[in-house]
Amino acid sequence: MQFMLLFSRQGKLRLQKWYVPLSDKEKKKITRELVQTVLARKPKMCSFLEWRDLKIVYKRYASLYFCCAIEDQDNELITLEIIHRYVELLDKYFGSVCELDIIFNFEKAYFILDEFLLGGEAQETSKKNVLKAIEQADLLQEVRLTCPTSTPLYACFLLSCSFLLSSSSH
Amino acid sequence: MEAVNLLSSNKYTEKQIGYLFISVLVNSNSELIRLINNAIKNDLSSRNPTFMCLALHCIANVGSREMAEAFAGEIPRILVAGDTMDSVKQSAALCLLRLYKTCPDLVLMGEWTSRVVHLLNDQHMGVVTAAISLITCLSQKNPDEFKTCVSLAVSRLSRIVSSASTDLQDYTYYFVPAPWLSCKLLRLLQCYPPPEDGAVKGRLVECLETILNKAQEPPKSKKVQHSNAKNAILFEAIALIIHYDSEPNLLVRACNQLGQFLQHRETNLRYLALESMCTLASSEFSHEAVKTHIETVINALKTERDVSVRQRAADLLYAMCDRSNAKQIVAEMLSYLETADYSIREEMVLKVAILAEKYAVDYSWYVDTILNLIRIAGDYVSEEVWYRVIQIVINRDDVQGYAAKTVFEALQAPACHENMVKVGGYILGEFGNLIAGDPRSSPLVQFNLLHSKFHLCSVPTRALLLSAYIKFINLFPETKSTIQEVLRCDSQIRNSDVELQQRAVEYLKLSSIASTDVLATVLEEMPPFPERESSILAKLKKKKGPGAVSVNELEDAKREGGELNGGGERGGDTSAMAASNASTPSPSADLLGLRPGPAAVSVAPPSAGSLLVDVFSEGPAAPSTAVNDDGFLSSAPPPPAAVSEDPAPPLPEAEELLNKFVCKNNGVLFENQLLQIGIKSEYRQNLGRMYLFYGNKTSVQFVSFTTTVTCSVELQSQLNVQVKTVEPLVEGGAQVQQVVNIECLTDFIDAPLLNIKFRYGGALQNLTLKLPVTINKFFQPTEMLSQEFFQRWKQLSQPQQEAQKIFKAVHGIDAEVVKAKLLGLGTALLENVDPNPENYVCAGVIQTKAQQVGCLLRLEPNAQAQVSLNSVNVHVHTDTYTCTSAHTIHNSGLKIVRFLDSLVR
Repeated sequence: MQFMLLFSRQGKLRLQKWYVPLSDKEKKKITRELVQTVLARKPKMCSFLEWRDLKIVYKRYASLYFCCAIEDQDNELITLEIIHRYVELLDKYFGSVCELDIIFNFEKAYFILDEFLLGGEAQETSKKNVLKAIEQADLLQEVRLTCPTSTPLYACFLLSCSFLLSSSSH
Repeated sequence: MEAVNLLSSNKYTEKQIGYLFISVLVNSNSELIRLINNAIKNDLSSRNPTFMCLALHCIANVGSREMAEAFAGEIPRILVAGDTMDSVKQSAALCLLRLYKTCPDLVLMGEWTSRVVHLLNDQHMGVVTAAISLITCLSQKNPDEFKTCVSLAVSRLSRIVSSASTDLQDYTYYFVPAPWLSCKLLRLLQCYPPPEDGAVKGRLVECLETILNKAQEPPKSKKVQHSNAKNAILFEAIALIIHYDSEPNLLVRACNQLGQFLQHRETNLRYLALESMCTLASSEFSHEAVKTHIETVINALKTERDVSVRQRAADLLYAMCDRSNAKQIVAEMLSYLETADYSIREEMVLKVAILAEKYAVDYSWYVDTILNLIRIAGDYVSEEVWYRVIQIVINRDDVQGYAAKTVFEALQAPACHENMVKVGGYILGEFGNLIAGDPRSSPLVQFNLLHSKFHLCSVPTRALLLSAYIKFINLFPETKSTIQEVLRCDSQIRNSDVELQQRAVEYLKLSSIASTDVLATVLEEMPPFPERESSILAKLKKKKGPGAVSVNELEDAKREGGELNGGGERGGDTSAMAASNASTPSPSADLLGLRPGPAAVSVAPPSAGSLLVDVFSEGPAAPSTAVNDDGFLSSAPPPPAAVSEDPAPPLPEAEELLNKFVCKNNGVLFENQLLQIGIKSEYRQNLGRMYLFYGNKTSVQFVSFTTTVTCSVELQSQLNVQVKTVEPLVEGGAQVQQVVNIECLTDFIDAPLLNIKFRYGGALQNLTLKLPVTINKFFQPTEMLSQEFFQRWKQLSQPQQEAQKIFKAVHGIDAEVVKAKLLGLGTALLENVDPNPENYVCAGVIQTKAQQVGCLLRLEPNAQAQVSLNSVNVHVHTDTYTCTSAHTIHNSGLKIVRFLDSLVR
């Protein structure tokens, strides 16, 4: 997989993960182009399309589009299920996930994705194992959160991450 | 910086956020990378699995070269170490994969290879899933080293396929056991040929059969996820079956399975089935089986609502086409074209054109098809397509009459596409006589029909029509006055377009002056084109994008295009040439035709026939200079060269190329994308012989290949150069040799100019180089002793006899290099002559016909003067044994100094 994009029906980018080195300019161009192409497609159309020399696999869940770019020899159907598994993971973690969960807890969405996919390939397909890893991390976090000094820094970095992420999505 | 501090924190939260920050926001070129790497290194060696995973995730997310440099050695160790936790192994495998993709040169598996392959046997499914991505990628690059993975993969696959859906616990996805891993295993096997070991192969075939069987079983769940996961494995298995292409039974079963999917209600499945069948169609075992689905596919082309699915259907129709169903498929594609999406029309047109040609049993069908194509989708018919139909009509005399009739009928439509007018103009101009017997298509009717379209057409088409008109005058003398009238009218003869004006003027003149015989020769029917690969095919390959086509093919495509456009070819300058052209036509023969024959060459400058060609390569010649009644009437040989064909000025680098050969006699004089010129030369006394080798680097003929060597007026009295002429045709990839004899009459300074002219794809190539003949080539080395040398040196001390120059040695002074150069110069290098061992001393006699000039040379390198700027001081003393003016001797001396200057640079 070369990259994964999550965007809303309004075309707002919610999450982006790039597994190939590209310049920011190029990323923005690709995102704009793909968001337009995918949003223009009708619901009954097939979930795959050829784009440049890649294959795009996308699926819509409620108001969010999940969109993956895979290479020529990669399997479309299994990619569709990668998307589904990721949605399941988010759903399980957040408890019926919605777009707002991803907006406000984007760092969790990234952590879950990192546990599931790494470098564009499936790392752990077992739902249980992925969630276990995340929960363990959360456990560590909850304990630490009681430590007063870390909180401002933590919040500060979350804020700056969120700011930079959203600014790079426009 | 704060983020980097967070990395080194012991608190998980801080570390995690630090990593997130870095993964998302740090560019690989950041200067913080060293600090970050340090923190990562600490975490990797922390033995805390959570921290290790975080660090590995970060490396995989950034994946920069610096990271690869820092960690490519460490990660394989973590990956195969016995005490590494499973989750860390998973991250390590994929992290390594990412680094390998970034910099394959830094990730060296070597000793780890077999242990990595054995990860396929790991207990933990997650580890296998992660490792197999790494192994697949590595196998693609070094299949031999990872060969052992085949049998391991087969046994793993077999275990998964035969397991019950509950066996694998959480790795079962909607009742499908380990779908991701299965797909990856099948994908890995596609990197290798079928297993040689019979047992392994049997087991694999069994697996594939099981997968095909399962597809027929009723679904265990109604969920789309279940069927997707199951079918993902099925498609991957089919891809492997197609890859092996050796099991007819499995291939046919695969085809039947896909046939079922063609009518599935899931659009995704229909799409994939069409795509997958495309590859099946090319296998000899399953081609027939694929063909049985033709009706379904045609139906898909007509009824699918999604254009990307229709596109796949069109692709499949193209792939399954053969002689038996060509007519049906072409007809269907044509009818689809009328409503096809604009985005795929051009490709469809090319495909129809190719199929029509490839499977044409009778060429009247072919002509009908292409004319239909132009009628339906004229805008999308590229030039290659209509060039091709003309080539074919010209080459097959059985279809010419039919083509003329059909095109005549097609032109009668009130609105017809310009491409139709082009084909019509060309074909009627050539073969209009074949249908002129019918009063409904009498010559005048034909002409009026063509001319009625004239004003609606663009300039290139008009030019083509004008050429068709002059052909009409030859075919039907009765139309002469009408056509002359047309040509004479102001809108033609004073047209603001130079090309049109020129054609009108010339054709008018030609028609009024030439006798019928001359006209008949000049406007003879076009000779057949040589058979060659369809340029359309090349174009289609090109359209398929760089991924599918190698660069070579692309270049071929370009070349084909260039060739076809090569209207400006002047095939022959003499009637003999024209005759030989008819038997072995050049591939770049003028497609627009109507090439003025032998006599007309002087009348029409080359650009006359070269509408589609870039006229700028020659510069449009003014019509007035082009009309040369005398040459034309007496059919005298054409004037040596049109104004525009004057030799080009020497290339800017000519002087430099010349200097390259001062000290050597053999080598490559010049090279560009088309042409390579090599030189071998030998010199004795005052005589020299030079072999020039002209290599055609393309696969296309060079036509009208001529070379001339010219000497300036001054040089003519100093150097006698004789050149053997070369053949005017240089085949693609061939090399021709030319001999140049040189006699040095007296000393000289300039070099002769070598001008090369030829036509490549219609465009005139014109380049001028300096022939590397320099005075030092006629040196004869002379040995002498120290005493003798300095005695002579002192004798030659008059100002005209001495030349001196100090210059900087650009590359430093290397004794061996300087020695080699001086020997190459042709002089004798005298050892133990100069008291200073640093200096070089040489002596030689320049042999010319008129005189012999003795020449002493001393090169005094001065390495100490400055550290970096070495300077060299050269004295050349020249002498004459016979009498000559001091002036030229001095010049020779200076010249030699100049050479030395250049050679040390």
